[in-house]
Amino acid sequence: MSVIRNAELVPAPARRSFATLFSNVSRWRVPLSILALCILPWVLPSQALAVNVLIYGLVAVGYNLLFGYTGLLSFGHAAFFGAGAYATGIAIGAFGVHWFIAMLIGVLISGLLATVMGVLAIRTRGIYFSMVTLALAQLVYYAALQASSWTGGENGLRGFTVSTLHLPGFSVNFLDPLVKYYAIMIVVAAALWFVSRVLNSPFGAVIEAIRENETRARACGYDVERTKLLSFILSGILCGLAGTLSAMHLSIVPLDSLHYHTSGLIVMMTLLGGAGSFFGPFIGALAFLSMEDIFSLWTSNWQLIVGVIFILFVLYLPKGIWGTLITWGKSR
Amino acid sequence: MTVQLIAMQLFSGLALGAVLIMVALGLSIIFGMLGIVNFAHGALFMVGAYAGLYVAGLTGSFWWALLIAPVMIGLFGMLIERFLIRPLYGRSPDDPLLLTFGLGYVLVEAVRIFFGTDGIPFSTPAALRGVVNLGIGFFPLYRLFVIGVVVAVLLLLWVGLEKTKFGLIVRAGSADPLIMRVLGVDISRLWLVVFGIGVGITALGGVLAAPMRNVSPEMGTLVLAEAFVVTVIGGMGSLPGAVIAGLIVGVSVSMTSLFAPEMATIVMFALMALILLVRPNGLYGRAAPGL
Repeated sequence: MSVIRNAELVPAPARRSFATLFSNVSRWRVPLSILALCILPWVLPSQALAVNVLIYGLVAVGYNLLFGYTGLLSFGHAAFFGAGAYATGIAIGAFGVHWFIAMLIGVLISGLLATVMGVLAIRTRGIYFSMVTLALAQLVYYAALQASSWTGGENGLRGFTVSTLHLPGFSVNFLDPLVKYYAIMIVVAAALWFVSRVLNSPFGAVIEAIRENETRARACGYDVERTKLLSFILSGILCGLAGTLSAMHLSIVPLDSLHYHTSGLIVMMTLLGGAGSFFGPFIGALAFLSMEDIFSLWTSNWQLIVGVIFILFVLYLPKGIWGTLITWGKSR
Repeated sequence: MTVQLIAMQLFSGLALGAVLIMVALGLSIIFGMLGIVNFAHGALFMVGAYAGLYVAGLTGSFWWALLIAPVMIGLFGMLIERFLIRPLYGRSPDDPLLLTFGLGYVLVEAVRIFFGTDGIPFSTPAALRGVVNLGIGFFPLYRLFVIGVVVAVLLLLWVGLEKTKFGLIVRAGSADPLIMRVLGVDISRLWLVVFGIGVGITALGGVLAAPMRNVSPEMGTLVLAEAFVVTVIGGMGSLPGAVIAGLIVGVSVSMTSLFAPEMATIVMFALMALILLVRPNGLYGRAAPGL
């Protein structure tokens, strides 16, 4: 009896406070994220960096749904990001569509693309899956390069600018950097809330079960293929949404947004922050983009430093910044 | 559009496929033995081409480049296996994949620092310039040479794997590493050597490709995707699969560039998608690896 009491007594205060802290953080994760995003443009050195964190944070959150929670390592998510961006840009530039409809089109196109790619890639497993997604994304890249009358080819898509967001009743000046930041943030916040709901739903539990043990999930009677495909499509749609935001933000769509390096960037950010955690992807995007911001001032070869840091993370901190923090906090 | 033209283009496709076979073989050997996908493979192909450029510049001879550069990069590959990949054995198969992806990033950037970002032309060696009359038309001698070298490497690999004691151990090691360890085989050293060979073969592909494509830091990116397509079509880890798929992809790309040039880069990916629909494990693939 006394032994148990001693064991309880000594580490208890620390353990209890950390445990409560982490469960509270987890319960209030959406409001907390939104709060953090609200103060982001005031603490970061530039608003351009803050908008990038928003957009790439959303990409990483979408990607994390597939990689972190479903356990599927895709190397082709640039395709969805790029497809969303191109579809929005083309809809506005070539057809003069209202920005909101253009965004819907962007999301729809990336969802369709994710369905096609998903159906093909889900047939394969493990490492094979990574190779197939990369190869299919390259197909999209070369298709966009060839269809230059639509996409502008190597020069990227230009000639569309959203200066005012017309909404029923009022309009927003989209050229003011701070206004733009908060306008984009509203979309990102809604997406975060959606992802949080998905993760808390039975579907969220099933994708984690598939990550942990696919065979067992199948034995439990879950339709593993359909769940994987659905997770793939959802993840693609979220990346596509980030793409549409990127197109509206930049008023151009560079061909690079479809390149395999962009896919790699997404993987790196997610892993850096911590795959399989709610805050991880955003922290990863913040860390990666801040590193880019700082190192690119020193040297034009900043990617070398980022690459080395990434290798060190894979070797020594595979759970990423946030994932390691959680583990550390729980072990206290 | 004469028969000659088509035949010539077919032959060009074989030369293109031959380089792809080199890269895909390296990828397949490493996967077959170590069970990891080397995402730095394209970058190592590119580094191989630069090493060839460097050695050729030092010695003034293409032949030394062809000989020394692959050995150099193969040894470099062994260093990678020893210090970066070995600590990851026993962890998720995604980890070596992620690590080699980061490594590819670093290699491309490092090459940019030492050799600049612009493409560098790599001249065809004097002895291999000109064309040969094949009866059906004139064919560049260098491309014929590439096909010859690849056939020689394939023969060497086949003999090495099927007829020697080392090959026997490699094949047994890929089938059951645990039993081989029990039998007293130093599997770690075997994996080191196999990784070195896989990387060396890719580097040789890089040197061979250098006179046909310009040497640039980005040349590995496209090759990596192409090699993935070839391995997926052929079946992961299957050496005959890599050879057949390399030829199929090479020929179909060059034939498309004859009839519909704008589709040339796309056709191989479409081919892969088609194969995946019919045979998810590829032509010669075993049951899906990874799980």
